[in-house]
Amino acid sequence: MSQQEFGQQFGQESGQQFGQEFRHDFAIIASWLPFGAKVLDLGCGDGALLQYLKASLEVRGYGVEKDDANWLACMSSGINVIQMDLEAGLSGFEDQSFDTVILSQTLQAVHNTEGIVREMLRVGHEVIVTFPNFGYWRNRSQILTGNMPVSKSLPHQWFDTPNVHLCTINDFDQFCKDGHITIKERLVLTDNKPVTFMPNLMGNLAMYRLENSKSK
Amino acid sequence: MQVNNSVGIVAAQTAHFDAPLTLKSGAVLPQYDLVYETYGQLNADKSNAVLICHALSGTHHVAGKYSEDDKYPGWWDNLIGPNKPLDTNKFFVIGVNNLGGCHGSTGAVSINPATGQPWGSAFPILTVEDWVTSQTLLADYLGIQQLAAVVGGSLGGMQALQWTIAYPDRVRHALVIASAPNLTAQNMAFNEVARQAIITDPEFHNGDYYAHGVVPKRGLRIARMLGHITYLSDDAMGAKFGRKLKDTIKYSFDAEFEMESYLRYQGDKFAGEFDANTYLRMTRALDYFDPALVFDGDLTQALKKVTAQFLVVSFTSDWRFSPARSREIVKALLDNERTVSYAEVTAAHGHDAFLMPDPHYHAILRSYLKNIQVDNIKHDSIQAGSVA
Repeated sequence: MSQQEFGQQFGQESGQQFGQEFRHDFAIIASWLPFGAKVLDLGCGDGALLQYLKASLEVRGYGVEKDDANWLACMSSGINVIQMDLEAGLSGFEDQSFDTVILSQTLQAVHNTEGIVREMLRVGHEVIVTFPNFGYWRNRSQILTGNMPVSKSLPHQWFDTPNVHLCTINDFDQFCKDGHITIKERLVLTDNKPVTFMPNLMGNLAMYRLENSKSK
Repeated sequence: MQVNNSVGIVAAQTAHFDAPLTLKSGAVLPQYDLVYETYGQLNADKSNAVLICHALSGTHHVAGKYSEDDKYPGWWDNLIGPNKPLDTNKFFVIGVNNLGGCHGSTGAVSINPATGQPWGSAFPILTVEDWVTSQTLLADYLGIQQLAAVVGGSLGGMQALQWTIAYPDRVRHALVIASAPNLTAQNMAFNEVARQAIITDPEFHNGDYYAHGVVPKRGLRIARMLGHITYLSDDAMGAKFGRKLKDTIKYSFDAEFEMESYLRYQGDKFAGEFDANTYLRMTRALDYFDPALVFDGDLTQALKKVTAQFLVVSFTSDWRFSPARSREIVKALLDNERTVSYAEVTAAHGHDAFLMPDPHYHAILRSYLKNIQVDNIKHDSIQAGSVA
């Protein structure tokens, strides 16, 4: 859940690109936010996303991060950062007090998944969730050969992974349906490129833009 | 390392104020002194001043030594100096002894001009609000319109918070450390026990013990011993003393355990150098501080006019000013969409942790203070207290 953990996990594909290479997922998140939005980034890591959003959209942002080293990295970048553990909930934040609450590539390491998503929908008008798609064909092919997937995007062995709730795009679609959560938009990426053909098979990174269902 | 980045030999200065100061209680101090120290140099536009607010037993002597032979430096010397987290190459740092203190600023031990005798019991009870008002007058005296930052731990953090509430245009940053928006009943209860220990000491003489040539040392000693217990965590006391005996069990009430020796030593030391009337008043200022009171307990409303940027820091093992209390301040600031960062430091030392040179804690303060922009053009007319 900490940036350190998911930085390792997504080392090659995102962690090492912070502030340097173009991050398509950052750009997509930015496209889902209004200019000057008030944003809460949960598990904000070293603050790279918030820095990007500040520079591109002048968002008013706060990060939430529990790791000490990441906290310092955020502070050094001039990011407002609140040190706390997401698992404790978001009781320090008022209902609907943010335009958007973001959980970027952290969902799979959260224990209380449903609770966190509910809390995000309580605090934000909109919610953005991104996660590695376990249904990606490279993961499936390793399962077929009889092993838990170990890859660039899932670098941990089964016995030392921080991930506790890996899911597929289909799973998350169903999770939203069951929870009466409206999916406003969904985008799927592989190697920074959008995937439209068979996304649950061909897509590596899933990106969701969510809101509470308006109907009763 | 300490040798190279000390502020060096320092000297206290006194600012005298002739204009009467009306206090929150309605009492009036006809005239008063504030004793203070400064470190570093005020810049040309006077924008680099940082005020350090002290806690219960603190003083204006925050950093440096009075002479080479001084055994100990100021109480927050590990934080303040050239290239230290609060860098005196960049900031002009001010330490002040609060009104009612017993280290040079006017207090119960000072002479009441109306009687020619020590104020004693007649000295008014001051509040955090009164202290902050007097600190703004000291800033005026030093020609400083706006502070770059106010920094304080515990009761000092309350003063930093009060600065941002009462004088929003006079402070740009507040560093509120191991503090709270008010005291809980349990926290006030410790203060009450401490005061009762002092007040019921036969040598207290209703606060006018100076005239009797005595000091209520027993009460002050017990008050301090109690305080020390609450400033440490169970784990820290366990690690420091455990159940270690000085010798063997003697079936007596002497200080057989090392913890007892420690408490007695701290109590004796404190009772020998601190004024009981000051201790009573400091604890009362803690009890009374409650900026949300006039807003029906709504801290968010109380902080509505705050414009300063905040760093709030708490320590995991601090049970007297717990992280939950710091998070209340953070929440009220977030509710008002203020600029705030919050760090919850994993530390074993309890409330005392805010005075310790923990590397991560100091890195937090260093990184925050580094982001504060100040003009580095030197001012040539005001020299800092540091001469060495």
